[in-house]
Amino acid sequence: MKSDITYPLNIGPVHPAFKEPIKFTFRIEGEKVVGADIDFGYTHRAIERIAQERNYIQIIYLLERVCGICSFSHPMAYCLAMEDVAGIEVPPRARYIRTIVGELERLHSHLLWTGVAAHEIGFDTLFMYTWNIREKVLDCLEELTGNRINYAMLTIGGVRRDITAENAETIHQILEYYGELYNRASEILLDDLTLRARTEGVGILTMEQAERLCAVGPTARGSGLMKDVRVDYPVNAYYEIPWLRPVSPRDIGKEPIGDVYDRMAVRVLEIQQAIQIIQFCMENIPEGNINTGGGAVKMINSLKKLEGEGVGRYEAPRGEVCHYVILDNQEHPVQIKVKAPTYSNGFTWAPMLTNIEIADIPIVIASIDPCVACADRMTYIQSDGSCASISWEELRAKSIQKYKGVRKRWMK
Amino acid sequence: MGVAIAIVVVGVIAGLLLKGIDRKLAAFMQSRIGPPIAQPLYDILKLMQKQTIIPSTAVRWLFTGAPVVALVSGIVLLLYISLSYVCYITGIHSAIQGDLIVVIYLILIPSICIISGAFASGSPYASIGAQREMVILMSTELPIAVVVVSIAWHVADSMYNPFALNSLFEYTLWNHAGAFGILGGILLLLAMILVLPAEMSKVPFDQAEAETEIAEGVLVEYSGKLLAFLLLTDAVKALSLSSLIVILFFPYTFANLFGLSFSIGGYSISPLVEVAFFLVKIIIVYSVGVTALRVIMARLKISQVAKLFLFAVSAISIIGMVLIMLDPKMKMI
Repeated sequence: MKSDITYPLNIGPVHPAFKEPIKFTFRIEGEKVVGADIDFGYTHRAIERIAQERNYIQIIYLLERVCGICSFSHPMAYCLAMEDVAGIEVPPRARYIRTIVGELERLHSHLLWTGVAAHEIGFDTLFMYTWNIREKVLDCLEELTGNRINYAMLTIGGVRRDITAENAETIHQILEYYGELYNRASEILLDDLTLRARTEGVGILTMEQAERLCAVGPTARGSGLMKDVRVDYPVNAYYEIPWLRPVSPRDIGKEPIGDVYDRMAVRVLEIQQAIQIIQFCMENIPEGNINTGGGAVKMINSLKKLEGEGVGRYEAPRGEVCHYVILDNQEHPVQIKVKAPTYSNGFTWAPMLTNIEIADIPIVIASIDPCVACADRMTYIQSDGSCASISWEELRAKSIQKYKGVRKRWMK
Repeated sequence: MGVAIAIVVVGVIAGLLLKGIDRKLAAFMQSRIGPPIAQPLYDILKLMQKQTIIPSTAVRWLFTGAPVVALVSGIVLLLYISLSYVCYITGIHSAIQGDLIVVIYLILIPSICIISGAFASGSPYASIGAQREMVILMSTELPIAVVVVSIAWHVADSMYNPFALNSLFEYTLWNHAGAFGILGGILLLLAMILVLPAEMSKVPFDQAEAETEIAEGVLVEYSGKLLAFLLLTDAVKALSLSSLIVILFFPYTFANLFGLSFSIGGYSISPLVEVAFFLVKIIIVYSVGVTALRVIMARLKISQVAKLFLFAVSAISIIGMVLIMLDPKMKMI
C-alpha cells in the first residue's frame, strides 16, 4: 500500500556527509526520496570580483585557492586562457611538466574521492587505506613543487620549476609503487561484495540525461558518453599521446548504465590511465626551456598592452574546467569567469536523486565528486543584507545589464 | 548495597574498556594508531561535565527519562547475565538466579528506550533512525529467540531445569551432542554472532546511527549527561551480550575443562583466574563479532538488513534448531 504522507528532510548546509556547505531539501516517503531541491550559495567568496583587482600573475595564486583539490586545474585553465589571448607559445618541456603535474593531481584527487565515497557508505577501512596510499603521491608532489596541495607550479607561458634528475627518480618510484598496488586496489574497489551491494543500480544517470544536462568528466563517462577534454581539445602534451582516449566502464567489459558503480569504475580506470600518461611523459620529455623567460614583471608589462578575450579549457579530475578572460589594456582583467565541473554536473543530481532510498543520498551526492566551493559563483544579496532566491528572468536581465557595461567599457 | 554499587561500577568500567579494546583493535586493522584503551572512559567523564541541551521540540519527560531507563535496564541485564556467571565461576552458587526468558525481554528494553527517546526528540534525523532501529529490533528478534530456545531445549531433556541460567553453565551443548548437534550449534553460533553487531548498532548494521546519512540518527539530539547515559548503556550492553554468547556457547572454565585450580601461598586465586579467562573470552567474541565485521564491511541499506535477518539469519538459526532436534545422541521429547 502506498501512503500519501511525505515529510521534508533537510540535509545541510552543514552535515557529516558533506565536506562543504550545500543544502538539500528532500521530500521523503518512508525511506524513499520522492523529490529533491538543491540550494547553493553558502560558500561564495567573490573570487571573480577579487581577480579584477589583481594583476595577471597574482591571479594564478588566487585561482589556486578556488578549490583545494583541483588547485592545478583552475590556474591551468586560466593560463591557457591568457596564452590564448596573448598568443604565447609554451616551450615543449613546460608542456610535458604541466601534463605530469596535472596527472599526479588526478591521481591524488581520484584516491581522495575513493576514500570519501567509502566513508559515505560506512566503509571506513577502505577510507583509511586509500588516504594512506594517497600520501605517497602527495609526498612526490611536495618534492616536485614544494607544496602538497597549492603547488604554485604554473606561470603564464610555462612552469616555474623544472623536473630534475632527482625528481624523475622519485616519480619513477611512485609509478612503480602505484603500478604494483593498482591490481590489488582495483580488485577491492571493483569486486568487493558490500561495495557492489551499495553502488550497483543506485543513482542512475542515463546517457540521454547526461547528454541533455551537459554532464562532464567521470560523471559523463560513467554514463557512457565518450567525452574528455584531453582527447577532444587536447592541450599540453596530451595531443602527442597516440593511444589516449576517454576511459569507460566498457574497458572492464561492462556496458555502462550510469550508476554509482560505473562512475567509480571510471575513476579507478583513470588512476591507471594517469599512471600510464605520466610514464609516457617521463619517457618522452624533451630538453629545453621551461618558460618564456623574462620573469613576472616583463610578462605583466606585455599583457598590459593587450586587449581581447580568451578561453582556456582543461580536463580537471572532476571534469571540464573552463576559464574566460577579457583583457582591456589594464594591469588586471576586466572580467574573469570560472566555470567549474561541478557547475555542469550539479544538474545531474536531479535525475539521480529521485526514487532512491535515504541511505543512498550521501553516496549519490558524492558520486559526481562535487566541489561546492568551485561551483559557488553567485549569491544574491538584497539591500537589507539578506540572501534571496532570484528568478530566471530576473537573473537573465541582470546578467545582460552587467555584461553590457563590461562590453561598453571594453569597446570604449 | 555498597557491594551492589561496587559491582555495577566495575561492570560498567569493564564494558567501557571492552569498547576501548574494540576501537584500538579496529584502528590496528585500519593501520591507524587509534585512541588509548581508556578513551570511552574519558569520553564519559568529559560528557558528565558538559551542558545537557534539551531541544524545544522534545517531549521533555520522555526525552530525559528514556536514557535513564535504558541505562538501568542495561545494568539489570549485566547483573542477570554476567554477574551470575561470575558468581558461578567464583563458587558463590547461592547468588545465581536467572532465567533466559527474562534475559530475552531485558535485551529489548534499552533499544525500546532509545527508540522512544529518539521519537520524543522531535528531530527528523532521530525519527528516521528510530524507525530503522525498530526494523532491526523486529528482524533480529526471531533469531535471538530461536537460538536461546534451542539451547534451553537441549538442556530440557537432562536433569537440569531448562531456561535457568545455572543449568546452562553446567550442561554445555558441545559435550552432549553428536555430529548433527555440533553442526546445529555452529549455525546457532553464527546466527548469534551476526545478531551481536545489529544489537550493538555497528557497521554493517549501524543504520540507526548512520553518521554520513542521518548524522548519528537516534543520538542526534542527545548531549551531555543524557548522551553519557546512552554511551554507558551501549558499553553495558556490549559486555552483557558478549557474555550471553560466551555463556550459551563457551561456558567452560579452567575447573570444568582441565580440572585445574590455582593458588599462591595457600590462598586460592582460582576465582581471579577464572574471571580473567571469562573476560578474555568476552573480548574474543566481541572482536570477532563486532570489530572484525565492522572493519571489513560497508554499511548496508535498511532494506538489505531486514531481508538478511528475516530470511537468511532466521533460516540459519531454524536449521540449527532442527539439526539439534534431529541429533540422535540427544533424546527426543
